[in-house]
Amino acid sequence: MSLRIVVCVKYVPDATGDRHFAEDLTVDRDDVDGLLSELDEYAVEQALQIKEAADDDAEITVLTVGPEDAKDALRKALSMGADKAVHVEDDDLHGTDVMGTSLVLAKAVEETGYDLVIAGMASTDGTMGVLPAILAERLGVPQVTLLSEVSVEGGAGGVVKGRRDGDTASEQLEASLPAVVSVTDQSGEARYPSFKGIMAAKKKPVQSLDLDDLDIDAETVGLEGAWTKVESATERPARTAGTIVKDEGEGGKQLAAYLAEQKFI
Amino acid sequence: MAEVLVYVDHVDGAVRKPTLELLTLARRIGEPVAVALGAGAEATAATLAEHGAVKVLTADAPEFADYLVVPKVDALQAAHAAVSPAAVLVPSSAEGKEIAARLAVRIESGIITDAVDLEAGDEGPVATQSVFAAAYTTKSRISKGTPVITVKPNSAPVEAAPAAGAVEALSVSFSEQATGTKVTSRTPRESTGRPELTEAAIVVSGGRGVNGAENFAIIEALADSLGAAVGASRAAVDAGWYPHSNQVGQTGKSVSPQLYVASGISGAIQHRAGMQTSKTIVAVNKDAEAPIFDLVDYGVVGDLFEVVPQLTEEVKSRKG
Ligand SMILES: Cc1cc2nc3c(=O)[nH]c(=O)nc-3n(C[C@H](O)[C@H](O)[C@H](O)COP(=O)(O)OP(=O)(O)OC[C@H]3O[C@@H](n4cnc5c(N)ncnc54)[C@H](O)[C@@H]3O)c2cc1C
Ligand SMILES: Cc1cc2nc3c(=O)[nH]c(=O)nc-3n(C[C@H](O)[C@H](O)[C@H](O)COP(=O)(O)OP(=O)(O)OC[C@H]3O[C@@H](n4cnc5c(N)ncnc54)[C@H](O)[C@@H]3O)c2cc1C
Repeated sequence: MSLRIVVCVKYVPDATGDRHFAEDLTVDRDDVDGLLSELDEYAVEQALQIKEAADDDAEITVLTVGPEDAKDALRKALSMGADKAVHVEDDDLHGTDVMGTSLVLAKAVEETGYDLVIAGMASTDGTMGVLPAILAERLGVPQVTLLSEVSVEGGAGGVVKGRRDGDTASEQLEASLPAVVSVTDQSGEARYPSFKGIMAAKKKPVQSLDLDDLDIDAETVGLEGAWTKVESATERPARTAGTIVKDEGEGGKQLAAYLAEQKFI
Repeated sequence: MAEVLVYVDHVDGAVRKPTLELLTLARRIGEPVAVALGAGAEATAATLAEHGAVKVLTADAPEFADYLVVPKVDALQAAHAAVSPAAVLVPSSAEGKEIAARLAVRIESGIITDAVDLEAGDEGPVATQSVFAAAYTTKSRISKGTPVITVKPNSAPVEAAPAAGAVEALSVSFSEQATGTKVTSRTPRESTGRPELTEAAIVVSGGRGVNGAENFAIIEALADSLGAAVGASRAAVDAGWYPHSNQVGQTGKSVSPQLYVASGISGAIQHRAGMQTSKTIVAVNKDAEAPIFDLVDYGVVGDLFEVVPQLTEEVKSRKG
């Protein structure tokens, strides 16, 4: 049976834009351009490589939970080469935290059917880096996360192997499918969509699901249902302008004098 | 007084500094009960007691080393069941965050990651987070279940606070998931003899301007003169000049030292995400317009190949 891969992708505000919070202390998604989280491009790339290595005997579904505009993220992933997309969208999802998001993703992954889930290492807005582990917990399947190298052997009933470069050691990991994987930005440059890919993406199916379709009680998600509460968000005061000197041959000594004055030497 | 579980990050019994910082924060909320797992777990007790642990729950089993993450979640869950704590604090390492997150699902609690400060509040502990590449500071709390909070290194001082630190064996029965992901081999990272990047009081980093692997010797020499850790920008890492384990930024390590020295680094938002909370920032860059200069307390516009070696010599002679 063909390998069913689900890639989780997040639609995020552009990190190089002026990101800020809305009045309800959720991320303001109206004033900043959104895009496919750059770190999720690596997840799409690895899915495509796994499919290629399986002589195309695999089907890649990209999945996002997000507002209407999140379709842009799905289109980008489809234009890179994914086969189809699932978009979970519901007004009641506004303000959902990681517990709620993972609940929705787990249901959507099950609904879609999967042998392998691939996620990014972290989103570029929330940056928690925990969703893949939570997803594995909720789905009750092995967690093979933060991989800088990944491969699948034996197709749908096979195993996933990978290398995890941790703080103190580099580990080789192995688990049976089905499993949840996440990949880092060390896993290999993501491809650019080709013109052909962009045209083909327009015709690929995008399925929309809401909370009812997934049989999720609206009260368990959204800002009201959240397990966490943001009480305040304040802009960090700009750093007071520092002293800038031009090196006229004594720059190193001047910097040393400053460090000594600050008691670092 | 309520008990607070503190997950201990240690290497064969040597407690890593972020755990001692967690004990400082835990004491603001209640009485710290430490949980130490794996080889050398019992050897952590003396240090933990010195820093405020009233109890040290320990467990060792081959599963902790042979399988990824889940055995540790099983153990922490057992500790949670045994203690019924007011909060669970875990160091914000990649693994620590995953352990905390899975525990949160199991005990039906919310989770806050990467806190940089923690205080007691009427409705439970309030965590401070630094978000959007440190452009904003948020205060949050957990509204359901036992608060599970992961805390970044260098978020609190290490304080001596002698307590009993009584060792108790924690009994753990492993779940079916525990053996799901096998660690088939492990290659320990070679020690450089320099301080751990995330824990260091001073970090000296080099970027694309360093222009070659061999030139990183200049950065290392400055680091060694200051007793600092060495960091690198992604551009330097991608070029193969320095290991990824030393990368500072969004997809590398997040550091918050007393002093950050950036040489030949432009200051892209993704780099800033990993260093902007540093107390003092200095930079050497030949481009006066480089964005890094917006962050610095002191900056030198100049060629790093001139400025950095001169700085190193001056540091050495001042230190005598
Ligand atoms: C600044 C900030 C701080 C936050 N802090 C917290 C907090 O402390 N606690 C909390 O509960 N919530 C927090 N949130 C909310 C949280 O970010 C979202 O609920 C989010 O959906 C999950 O967390 P993440 O984006 O950090 O995911 P990560 O765990 O960083 O994401 C890892 C991977 O999971 C997948 N993924 C993540 N979100 C989606 C999605 N919506 N659709 C499809 N795939 C996805 C992607 O593959 C991604 O690469 C925070 C949000 C922001 C903006
Ligand atoms: C999703 C994502 C994640 C990322 N994660 C990270 C991350 O974790 N960490 C990170 O660092 N980047 C990250 N980046 C990359 C980031 O955007 C920048 O490309 C990178 O930080 C640039 O590195 P740099 O400052 O060394 O190089 P450049 O931007 O090229 O800057 C080099 C600087 O060196 C100066 N210079 C050159 N020669 C000299 C000399 N002789 N003396 C003095 N100065 C000199 C130049 O004036 C210039 O300012 C990420 C990007 C993306 C998209």
